[in-house]
Amino acid sequence: MSAISAKRALWPKLGEAPARAAYVNARLLDPASGLDAPGGVLTEGEFIAAVGAEVAPGGLPEGCEIVNCGGHCLCPGLVDIRVQLREPGEEHKGTLASGGRAATAGGITSMVCLPNTKPVIDDMSVVEFVARRARLLGLAKVYPYAAVTKGLEGRELAEMGMLAEAGAVAFTDGVRAVADARVMRQALQYAATFGLTIVQHPEEPSLARGGDMNAGEMATRLGLSGIPREAEIIMVERDLRLAELTGGQLHFAHLSTATAIDAVRRAKARGLGVTCDTAPPYFALNENAIGDYRTFAKLSPPLRAEEDRLAVIDGLIDGTIDAIASDHAPEDEDAKRLPFAQASFGGIGLETLLAVALELHHNGRMALIDILRLLTSGPADLLDLPAGRLAPGSRADLTLFDPERAWVVRENELHSKSKNTPFDYKPLQGRVLLTVVDGRRVFSLDA
Amino acid sequence: MGPRVSTLLRPPAPAYSPRAMTDGDNPYSYRHRHLLGIEGLHPPEITALLDRSERYVEQNRQADKKKSLLRGRTIINLFFEASTRTRTSFELAGKRLGGDVINMSVSTSSVRKGETLIDTAAVLNAMHPDVLVVRHPESGAVKLLSEKVNCAVINGGDGSHEHPTQALLDALTIRRRKGRLDGLRVAICGDILHSRVARSNIHLLNTMGASVRVVAPRTLLPAEVERLGVEVFHDMAAGLEGCDIVMMLRLQVERMQSNFFPSIREYFHFFGLNYDKLERAHPDALIMHPGPMNRGVEIDSLVADDYGRSVIREQVEMGVAVRMACLETLSANLADAGRVNL
Repeated sequence: MSAISAKRALWPKLGEAPARAAYVNARLLDPASGLDAPGGVLTEGEFIAAVGAEVAPGGLPEGCEIVNCGGHCLCPGLVDIRVQLREPGEEHKGTLASGGRAATAGGITSMVCLPNTKPVIDDMSVVEFVARRARLLGLAKVYPYAAVTKGLEGRELAEMGMLAEAGAVAFTDGVRAVADARVMRQALQYAATFGLTIVQHPEEPSLARGGDMNAGEMATRLGLSGIPREAEIIMVERDLRLAELTGGQLHFAHLSTATAIDAVRRAKARGLGVTCDTAPPYFALNENAIGDYRTFAKLSPPLRAEEDRLAVIDGLIDGTIDAIASDHAPEDEDAKRLPFAQASFGGIGLETLLAVALELHHNGRMALIDILRLLTSGPADLLDLPAGRLAPGSRADLTLFDPERAWVVRENELHSKSKNTPFDYKPLQGRVLLTVVDGRRVFSLDA
Repeated sequence: MGPRVSTLLRPPAPAYSPRAMTDGDNPYSYRHRHLLGIEGLHPPEITALLDRSERYVEQNRQADKKKSLLRGRTIINLFFEASTRTRTSFELAGKRLGGDVINMSVSTSSVRKGETLIDTAAVLNAMHPDVLVVRHPESGAVKLLSEKVNCAVINGGDGSHEHPTQALLDALTIRRRKGRLDGLRVAICGDILHSRVARSNIHLLNTMGASVRVVAPRTLLPAEVERLGVEVFHDMAAGLEGCDIVMMLRLQVERMQSNFFPSIREYFHFFGLNYDKLERAHPDALIMHPGPMNRGVEIDSLVADDYGRSVIREQVEMGVAVRMACLETLSANLADAGRVNL
């Protein structure tokens, strides 16, 4: 066997979905319909056949597998709209396979990956490569973003229309902002031609340049250069004007500051069709997590001060923030075991997404179903993904979790290839027990 | 354990008289393995190091300067950033205590060939040094290295973070001239933003009960600097009013390219120390500078060379004594301290 065919043989064969399976004795949570009641889900092949208190009034059909959910929560598979998978190009940090395993362990059944791979996803062939590889793996579904500008260089627009035809769900320059106002204006205008969304990493690069962490007392004490909040605020305010000018569809990724969230809140009140998300670090941690130069807490945007963290929670509660995304960014040891200023930005988050978000439930700040909306139908609706619903006829993507089960994040127990979690050693409450993608059980905690 | 940043939440130190509690029979009140920074140290620890330094000042003025306290100990000066005076000062300190001192500097080492800081630490650790003196251009790099070695580590300056032995030698210089630290009014002037000397001095002087001001253009002040417990001034005359100590910082002229200030001429006009501005300070005010000086940039030559008031050369002398005290203390704190044949 040649090396190439040997490698191909390692790609797992797609398991067949059971013809019929009944997930019974569950607490059903479907944010899209507001359902929160005991019951079960019946799947047929890759689809949901029935949902409710009584999924099979006439008795379960012949040969139906029965899964007892033990009274735990069964919800639509989570949808994560901001993930870096590093394949193709940086497979030493993460692959579609390792990312897929981490995602399913975190209860995520659909994820949208950033185009900052090598090569960049700015060409139809790379969109197809990623989609095909992910489909063959059969783990969490992967929808690619494509680049707004060729090579993520911020100058010439990528072929957005054709990229969308090839399967790109929206457009972003990934961890770089589209900095040039004229380019951003044209991107929003052109994308609107096809009804496509531009996702912005809101950070004014000239203001953030050389910065390592949030500007403020902590950076001053540590002797690190600060990234002022205004880097985010200025970019959000500028782009809101451009969205208003062009009528384009604009989405801000990972908002982290009170003022930027408030700007979006006011824009929404004026009727502007702008949306935004945030990531768990920005409502669960503040800049103090950096402590003695912990590079795992070096994120982009940087962890902010406590008042910003509280404002992010307010934004989640009042609906200004439309989704929670993991902002999964694998970085290997060589990129993190460095003096703070030299270390890469980013932290992994697929496996801790749900449990960290559930802190808001355990703290009594948000109802369980409202948190799940931000993790399922909320993000799915933003990008029009066929996911995030417990409804007959929709894809059988399910997540079963125990909201009470306590665990501690330990890097050696994570599935992700890179272990750079800002939540290292954090005790969390809430654990995914079972993940189902297209009717197939792709993750089971006890297995 | 070195001082930790978690002291951010530490309540201010209780009222305390440093003079009343010298280390007495306990020669090493400073019990940490490393000396990574001043932030988080308590007054008795600082006082103990200063008292110990004091003895070496006299010894260093004798014909026979050599002791054998560090006989058998290996000290490596690991400098990832150019330095002449700090490295020489540590080298002299180690040698005068009878230790073996080796200098490694970045331009000749494997770091240039792509070896990481942690690899360098592992390689040096395998050679069983007893004390590493480390200077690095990145904040936090010395702390990172200290986590990977078994020996004691002295921070010889890390990025814009801390330079603890500089703050100690400044404190020793002040204490010998003024007889105390508490109650003094100290102005630190110049590029506070990039200065590790400023940060270490702010922490030390505040801990010891002095009141500290910083004087600088707004571009050269870090965000929320007042939260470190300093008064902020943007005008030299107002900032120097009634000060007992005027501490000037070195201005790196390259900063001009990054628009921190428009020209040297303008900087000197507003923030350079000359007799006119000095008039507002206390008549006995001491003038200090960590060196190397840029004459005509941050300090006028006449002021720098006014030996009635400028203690800049004395600071250098105190530096050797302070570093001897630090080396001796950390060496005595090492786990195998009892097994060295003195």
